[in-house]
Amino acid sequence: MKTPEEIYDLLKNKFGEVIIELVSDKPVESYISADPLEIDKICSYLKVENGLEFNSLMVLSGVDDANGEKVKDENDNEIIKGGTLSVFYHIESTILKHKITLRVSSDRDNPEVASVEEIWRSADWHEREAFDMYGIIFLNHHNLIRILMPYDWEDSYPLRKDYQNPEFYRGMKVPY
Amino acid sequence: MGLLDKQFTDDNIVITKVQDLLNWARLSSLWQMGFGLACCAIEMMATSASHYDFDRFGVIPRPSPRQSDVIIVSGTVTLKMAIRIKRLYEQMPDPKYVISMGSCSNCGGPYWEHGYHVLKGVDRVIPVDVYVPGCPPRPEALLEGLLKLQEKIRNESLVKETA
Repeated sequence: MKTPEEIYDLLKNKFGEVIIELVSDKPVESYISADPLEIDKICSYLKVENGLEFNSLMVLSGVDDANGEKVKDENDNEIIKGGTLSVFYHIESTILKHKITLRVSSDRDNPEVASVEEIWRSADWHEREAFDMYGIIFLNHHNLIRILMPYDWEDSYPLRKDYQNPEFYRGMKVPY
Repeated sequence: MGLLDKQFTDDNIVITKVQDLLNWARLSSLWQMGFGLACCAIEMMATSASHYDFDRFGVIPRPSPRQSDVIIVSGTVTLKMAIRIKRLYEQMPDPKYVISMGSCSNCGGPYWEHGYHVLKGVDRVIPVDVYVPGCPPRPEALLEGLLKLQEKIRNESLVKETA
């Protein structure tokens, strides 16, 4: 069993600058920030390395940080320019009974994150949901299509903070 | 005393109007489409079960829309589901009836404002005969809705309405 600090040191020695920081001053469990395009290599290491053996991805979730600049568009709706979208990975080793949280942040304008679907199969649908709700692109995912919204839903992502609901969907009025 | 008085040798005969007979037949065997959407469907299943016994009103779940007379829209109608409901409704043979069960199906319910994926009332895609309020409605409320529908069918007419 390892503490988040020990896991952070191991990762920092192995990957260097790809691991950004260990955040432990929040009133939640501490998490490790990392580079979104290298997260697959980090996760692969966390899964197979002796003494770590993270064999279970409990949950993968998207987050809209809403830390960009808030501007008004031509219809006077508030939209967010710039900033980041994040993905959190809550992983656990059921063998060694320890847990860790990883976080990656990618640009809101081009949110690309490496897929971990090959490492934990449970990530398949979780990544599809994060794509569906936030528009985060998971690189090398074998089937990145919408999972909850209709397949022909227009190019918008409902859980983004600046989301505008369309007026109609296939001729059905959407607002109340 | 009437026109048919003492005209029959067998007493096992009931005299009625064709319209009343048809209406009575229709309202006494409303076959329901076996179809549920959300928590309201649990109450609907409870209504079908032995304690409340939908069957005593002639309501039996049918596995196909082609054999159904009534569709009970029991639950949240998402935009994705609305397309399917419309198709199922169109597959039902006439005469067909719709009971909208619960707040979601009536008007969107708790999803009325922020439900980006919810149709705000099933009456936006199919015509509804009876609305049953509640979240979810108790089985008694659904039974009352069915009785209201039966009342409606009882008063249907073969005669074309004239203004």
